[in-house]
Amino acid sequence: MSAETVATIWAFIIAFAVFLYVCMDGFDLGLGILFPWVSGRDERDLAVNTVAPVWDGNETWLVLGGAGLFGVFPLAYATILPALYMPLILMLLGLIFRGVSFEMRFRSETPTQLLWWDRAFSGGSYVAAFFQGVALGALVQGVRVEDRAYAGGWWDWLSPFSVLTGVALLAGYGLLGACWLVWKTEGGLQEQSRKLARVFSFLTLGFIGLVSLIMPFLMPEFRARWFDFPAILLALPVPVLVVVLAWRMFRALDESGRAALARTEPTPPGHVLWEDGLPFLCALGLFFLAYTGLGISMWPLIVPPEITIWDAAAPRSSQVFVLVGAAFLIPIILAYTGYTYWLFRGKIQPGKGYH
Amino acid sequence: MLWDALPSALDLARFQFAFTVTFHFLFPAFTIGLASYLAVLEGLWLWTGREAYLDVFRYWLKVFAVAFAMGVVSGLVMSYQFGTNWSAFADRTGPVLGPVMAYEVLTAFFLEAGFLGVMLFGLGRVGNRLHFAATCLVATGTLISGFWILSANSWMHTPAGFSIGPDGRFMPEDWWAIVFNPSFPFRYLHTMTGAFLTTAMIVGAVGAYHLLRERRDILGRKNERARIMFSMAMWMAAAVAPAQALFGDMQGLWALEHQPQKVAAMEGHWETQRGAPLILFGMPDMQREETRLAVEIPYLGSLILRHSLDGEIKGLKDFPVDQRPTNVPLVFWSFRTMVGIGTLMIALGAVSLLLRWRGQLYEKPWFLRWAVAMGPSGLVAVTAGWITTEAGRQPFTVYGLMRTADSVSPIAAPALATSLALFVVVYFVVFGAGIWYLFRLFGHAPEPHEEGPRGHEALRTAGITPAPAVAPDAMRDARPAE
Repeated sequence: MSAETVATIWAFIIAFAVFLYVCMDGFDLGLGILFPWVSGRDERDLAVNTVAPVWDGNETWLVLGGAGLFGVFPLAYATILPALYMPLILMLLGLIFRGVSFEMRFRSETPTQLLWWDRAFSGGSYVAAFFQGVALGALVQGVRVEDRAYAGGWWDWLSPFSVLTGVALLAGYGLLGACWLVWKTEGGLQEQSRKLARVFSFLTLGFIGLVSLIMPFLMPEFRARWFDFPAILLALPVPVLVVVLAWRMFRALDESGRAALARTEPTPPGHVLWEDGLPFLCALGLFFLAYTGLGISMWPLIVPPEITIWDAAAPRSSQVFVLVGAAFLIPIILAYTGYTYWLFRGKIQPGKGYH
Repeated sequence: MLWDALPSALDLARFQFAFTVTFHFLFPAFTIGLASYLAVLEGLWLWTGREAYLDVFRYWLKVFAVAFAMGVVSGLVMSYQFGTNWSAFADRTGPVLGPVMAYEVLTAFFLEAGFLGVMLFGLGRVGNRLHFAATCLVATGTLISGFWILSANSWMHTPAGFSIGPDGRFMPEDWWAIVFNPSFPFRYLHTMTGAFLTTAMIVGAVGAYHLLRERRDILGRKNERARIMFSMAMWMAAAVAPAQALFGDMQGLWALEHQPQKVAAMEGHWETQRGAPLILFGMPDMQREETRLAVEIPYLGSLILRHSLDGEIKGLKDFPVDQRPTNVPLVFWSFRTMVGIGTLMIALGAVSLLLRWRGQLYEKPWFLRWAVAMGPSGLVAVTAGWITTEAGRQPFTVYGLMRTADSVSPIAAPALATSLALFVVVYFVVFGAGIWYLFRLFGHAPEPHEEGPRGHEALRTAGITPAPAVAPDAMRDARPAE
C-alpha cells in the first residue's frame, strides 16, 4: 500500500472514532443537558444509571481521536490543538466536572452535596458539549497555519458561526440523550423524555438547516462541493435523507407513546423493546447524515483551508505500525463494548441500581 | 499592562504541565496497585470461599471507583496537553511518540473502560468467574497502560531507533528499538513497583487505623477485615520495598551512563572526582557552583554508582552550563525525599516481619501508628521520584536533541496563564472534593456484608434484604430548586 492509501484509510478510521465518540458521549452529555427538565432525585438517578457502566468507554473514543491524530496526522494535532486552545481547555474542564460527578452523586451525604454534584454534572455537560461544537465550527471556518505551526491568536476561534455550531451541538446532544432515555426508561421519565425529544428534534433540525445554509459560503471549496455539477449528485441525497429520517423519528416517537399507554405491566429486566429504540436509531441516523455532509464539504482537508490529510500524514512507517494493531484491536474493542451494552440492556429498573 | 507582569509563555507551559501531570499521576500511582490488589482479593474469595475477602474487595472497590474516575478525567487532559501547550514538540516527535500513545489507547484504555462497568456493577449480574475475569482485565489494562506511557517517556530520556528528517522531524526506523529503548525496562519496573508500594501504604494505613480504633469482639479478636488489609499490605512492603531499592540502584546506573548531568545534580557533585563521597545533606548553590554545608560519607558515592571505591564520577562543572539541569537543588532534594521514604518503607516491612514472627503484628499501637503515618508516603515518594527524573533531564524534552524551549506551542502567555489558573482552581475544587470523599470512605470500618459501589441493592446477592444506605426520605426531599 502506498503512503497515500494508508493515510486515506487512517482518515476514515479517525473519522469513525470521532463519530463513535459523538454518538456515544453525545447521549451521555445529553443527559446532563436534559437535567434542568428532569428534576426529581429518582428520575435523575435513573437517568444517570442508564449510562454509568458505559460512559467511561464512550469517552475513550475521544482519547483515541486525540492520540490517533498525534500518531498518524501529527501536523493536524500540532496545529488544530493550539488553534482551538481555549475551547478545548474549557471542554476538558467541563468533562472533568461531568466525569467525576458520576461517582460523586452517589457518594453525596447531604441534599446540598447532591445538589452541587447535579449542578456539576449538568453544567459540565453543557460546557463540554457547547465547546465541542465551538471547536468544530472554528475548525471548519479555517485555521491560520504558517511554517508548520499555528499562526493565529488565542481568540480566533470565536465567531458567530462557531457559537452557532456550539449551540447546535447542545441541541443535537439533547436529542440523543432524550431518545436514549425513551429507550432505556419507562413510566413518567419516559413520557417526559418523549416530550423533550420532540422539542430537541425541532431545534436540531433547525440548526442543521442553518449550519448547512451557512457552510457553503465559508469557503469556495465547500460551495463547489455542494452546488457544482456533478458533485451535487453525490451531495444531494444527504438533505433528502435528513427529511425522511426526521419524519420517521417523529412517527416512531408517536408509536412509542401509544405502545407505552397500552402496556399495563412493567417491562421485565433485560427485555429489549426495539420499538422504543427506534427514535434513538433515527437520531443517530441524523447525526450520521450531518457528519457525512460535513465530510463531503471538508474532504480531503484535515485543517481547512489548506492542509490535506496527505500533507498532515506521519511517515508511512508510523501509520503502518499503528494500522496493524488497529486492524486487529478495533474489532475486538467493538466486540467487548457491544458485550457491555448487551449486558446492561433493557429498561433500567427503578430502585435497583444496575439491575 | 497587567499581562506584561506574567512569566514567559515557556515557564507557564512548563508549570502547567508539571501541575497537571503531577496531579494526574497521584491517581494512577494508587489505582494501578489497587486494581491488582482487587484482583487478588476476588481471586482469594473465589478460591477460599471466605466471605471476609469479598467484604474487603467491596470496600476497596468503592474507593477504586472514585479514584479511577479522577484518574480518567485528569488523564484526558494529559492526552491533549502535548498538542495544546507543546505543539512544536508534537509536530517533531509525533511520528515516533504518537503511535506509542495510540497503542496505549487501543490496548489499555478501552480494556480498562470496557470492563470497569462490569467490575463495578456486574457482581451478581454476571457469573462470579466472568466478574473475576473483568477485574483481572481492568488490572491488566492498568499494567499495559503503564507499559506504553513509560515507553514513550523513556524514549524522551533515551531516544533510540529513529533518524532525523530534513525538516527536523524524528522519523521512526526501528519500532522495537523505540519501544524497548535503553531506559525503559528498569523505569517500568521501578514505576510499577512504586505504584504497588503506594497502594500497600494506603491499604496498610487504613487497616492500621481501624485496628487502632475498633474494639475487640467477644473472642478478643480485632476486626477481621482490617487485619486482612493490614497483613497483606505489610507482606507487600516487606517483599517489594527492598526490591524497589534494587531497581532504583539499576535505574541510577543507567542514568549515570546516559544522563551523567542528572546524576551529578542528584548527588550534588560539582567537581569530577575519583573516590567521590556520598553527600547526605547539603545546599547545592547554583551561583557559586558548589554544595554548601555538605554532610558526606567518604568514598560511598563512588561505591554506590561505580561499585568501586575509586570510581570516577563526573561533576556538573564538566558540562556546559546550557546542558546542566536548570534547577539543581530541586533535583537534589526531591531525590533525597524519595530515597528517605524508600528507606522508611524497607524498615516498616522489616519490622512487620519481626512482629509477625512473634505473633504481635496487630498488637503494637506504636507500629500501627507508624503504618498510619506512612499512608501518604508512597504518593510523596512517587511524586518526588518523578520530579527528580523530569527536572533532572532539563533543559531537554528529547534528551540531547530537542530543547524544552523549542518544544512549546506558539500560544501567547495570557492564554497559558488563563488556562493555568482555571486548571488550578478546578483541580483543587474537584479533586479536593474527591479526595475528601476518599477519606470519608477510609473512615468507615470494613464490615461483614460490606456494601458495593451503589449500596446493597446494586450488588446484592440473593437472599440478603437490602437496607437503604442513607435515609431515603431526607434524600428524596433533596430536589434541586430549579
